[in-house]
Amino acid sequence: MENPIIEVDNLTTAFGTHVVHQDLNLKIYPKEILALVGGSGAGKTTLLRQILGLDRPRAGVVRVFGRPVHDYVGTERIALTNRWGMLFQAGALFSALPVFDNIALPLREVHNLPEDLIREVVLMRLSWMGMSERDAALMPSDLSGGMVKRVALARALALDPELLFLDEPTAGLDPQRSDEFVELIHALHRELGFTVVMVTHDLDTIAALSTRVAVLAEKKVLVEGTLEEVMKVKHPFLDAFFHGERAVRAFGVNNPKEQNHGKS
Amino acid sequence: MALPSPPVAPVTPDAPRASRLISTAVNASPVSLERGRCVLTGNWNVQALAIKGEVRRRRESLSAAKGADAWDLSNVGLLDAVGAQLLWQYWEQKIPPGTELTPGQQALFEILANHPIKPASEKAPTDRLAWVVAIGTGLFVLAEHGQKFLGLLGGFVLDFAKLLRHPFRGPWREISAQVYRVGTQALGITALVGFLIGVVLSYLSAQQLAMFGAGQFIVKLLGIATVRELGPVLAAILVAGRSGSSITAQIGVMRVTQELDAMQVMGISHGQRLILPRVIALAIAMPLLVLWTDALALLGGMIAAKFELDLSMHWFFGQLPDAVGITNYKITLIKGVTFGVWIALIACHFGLRIEPNTESLGRGTTASVVTAITGVILIDALYAILFNEMGI
Repeated sequence: MENPIIEVDNLTTAFGTHVVHQDLNLKIYPKEILALVGGSGAGKTTLLRQILGLDRPRAGVVRVFGRPVHDYVGTERIALTNRWGMLFQAGALFSALPVFDNIALPLREVHNLPEDLIREVVLMRLSWMGMSERDAALMPSDLSGGMVKRVALARALALDPELLFLDEPTAGLDPQRSDEFVELIHALHRELGFTVVMVTHDLDTIAALSTRVAVLAEKKVLVEGTLEEVMKVKHPFLDAFFHGERAVRAFGVNNPKEQNHGKS
Repeated sequence: MALPSPPVAPVTPDAPRASRLISTAVNASPVSLERGRCVLTGNWNVQALAIKGEVRRRRESLSAAKGADAWDLSNVGLLDAVGAQLLWQYWEQKIPPGTELTPGQQALFEILANHPIKPASEKAPTDRLAWVVAIGTGLFVLAEHGQKFLGLLGGFVLDFAKLLRHPFRGPWREISAQVYRVGTQALGITALVGFLIGVVLSYLSAQQLAMFGAGQFIVKLLGIATVRELGPVLAAILVAGRSGSSITAQIGVMRVTQELDAMQVMGISHGQRLILPRVIALAIAMPLLVLWTDALALLGGMIAAKFELDLSMHWFFGQLPDAVGITNYKITLIKGVTFGVWIALIACHFGLRIEPNTESLGRGTTASVVTAITGVILIDALYAILFNEMGI
């Protein structure tokens, strides 16, 4: 078996007395698309923040590319940040910069890349997202919700990362836009071969994209495996989540496999 | 657990992943030309290109190899979309015939081929009369500010009239909270600054007055100067910096987070809930703060006079009512109320103009404080002329 690209080892996260994760273990392997699933407040986004090194764990360790994430300091940390990209839930675009500069920023931070190359890379990313050069001059406050997501994804992909984190990639998009977005990530993943860790509630997105699902509940990873494997497990949360009314609508009657083939 | 196999061979080989952190571009040129056949080696990714001068060097060797009949990329270590883009510029946006690519590279270049990019367009010529346009725009912006401010003032007067007609429905809790925030919490800083200015003023004038043997006139000098001019202006400048900026930033963030829109949807008027309580709170708190600053400045002056001129504090205190007079206190209170209303209105005006982005927030807060302080000094000058004409 391949070495995991991310290894979460006995992670405990707590804010004051409120424990979010207790001895949580999770391994993420190269090239897979892992969906982190869980109820609101189950600590999905918090887990992402731990992996990104934005928060410090109370106990345990998170290894990214084989080393604890907090061991990367100085230039090593910068080199690490060039290898991953994050799509924040609300986009987190720099509101003072136009779309073009938002995407160009990580490229400029690398230094020594000539401006004409940066321009072509930025326009290429925008073109992948179905946006034109005219959109590049817009300010983030002028964009619609779907466009914000696409620009944020373009920025996350600017440096061609090996590791892509998506926090609720389809939340706030209409079904058609959401399908397009899923298709886009799917195509880019197929062509560029990055690893994706995504947090989502959207059953359609899980069915269409994920190669593996990890369910967060009771402060740990309750189950992990392919969607079919996870759906077989008996647990109140899983029953409600995967076999509820919405799930039946999304998957057809307990038949996720067919749906999966249909989309990919 | 069975891992899903990637649909297409990856662009980057897995072998030494860590090597992506270290450049491997040290070895010989990554572009070599052999009998019309251009062989590319080494890494062609962001990390490799980020070394100083690397892009220029590669471009030079690529230019030299421009006429190559065939390209061989099968020995390239890591190729990512940025490196591919560099080659793409030299291939003029198409894969040249007779190019050897791995399937992953093929896929990558196909993505690039599917998204053609137009060459950079010519920059528009710079307008030589741009400064005239800038002046004109500036005047219009100024006029618009004036119009909006008048509207705000009018709205406030109407809201205030409504409050007088139905005093029980007024936002009293909010007003009291604001009085605490802008008044009570500012007591410390105004006391410190007032006291120190009093000490400095008294100390410096005492030296001058002592030369003429007119030491006892310090009571009149200090009393008039602080009560009539320095106290109100000092307190106003501090409050503008402290509370004016916070009011602007608070209302501005409410715009960013759409709270202002939410209030409008619920039929809650901004004037009633945001502007009225703040203006009234500052109109109440400001004259009190001015009196407080005056008192502390006089105390500081008294102490300095005791040490410098040996005037007893008891005597100083006894002389004060004659020296200052009740008129000056009335003036100080009028000034306090005016400055308070002005600062609050300006802060609300700029707060409501903030657009939902961070830069506008910063600019709006700065503009609010600068306008408030400049306005305070202008109003003070107007009052000086006015009271002079009235002979008080």
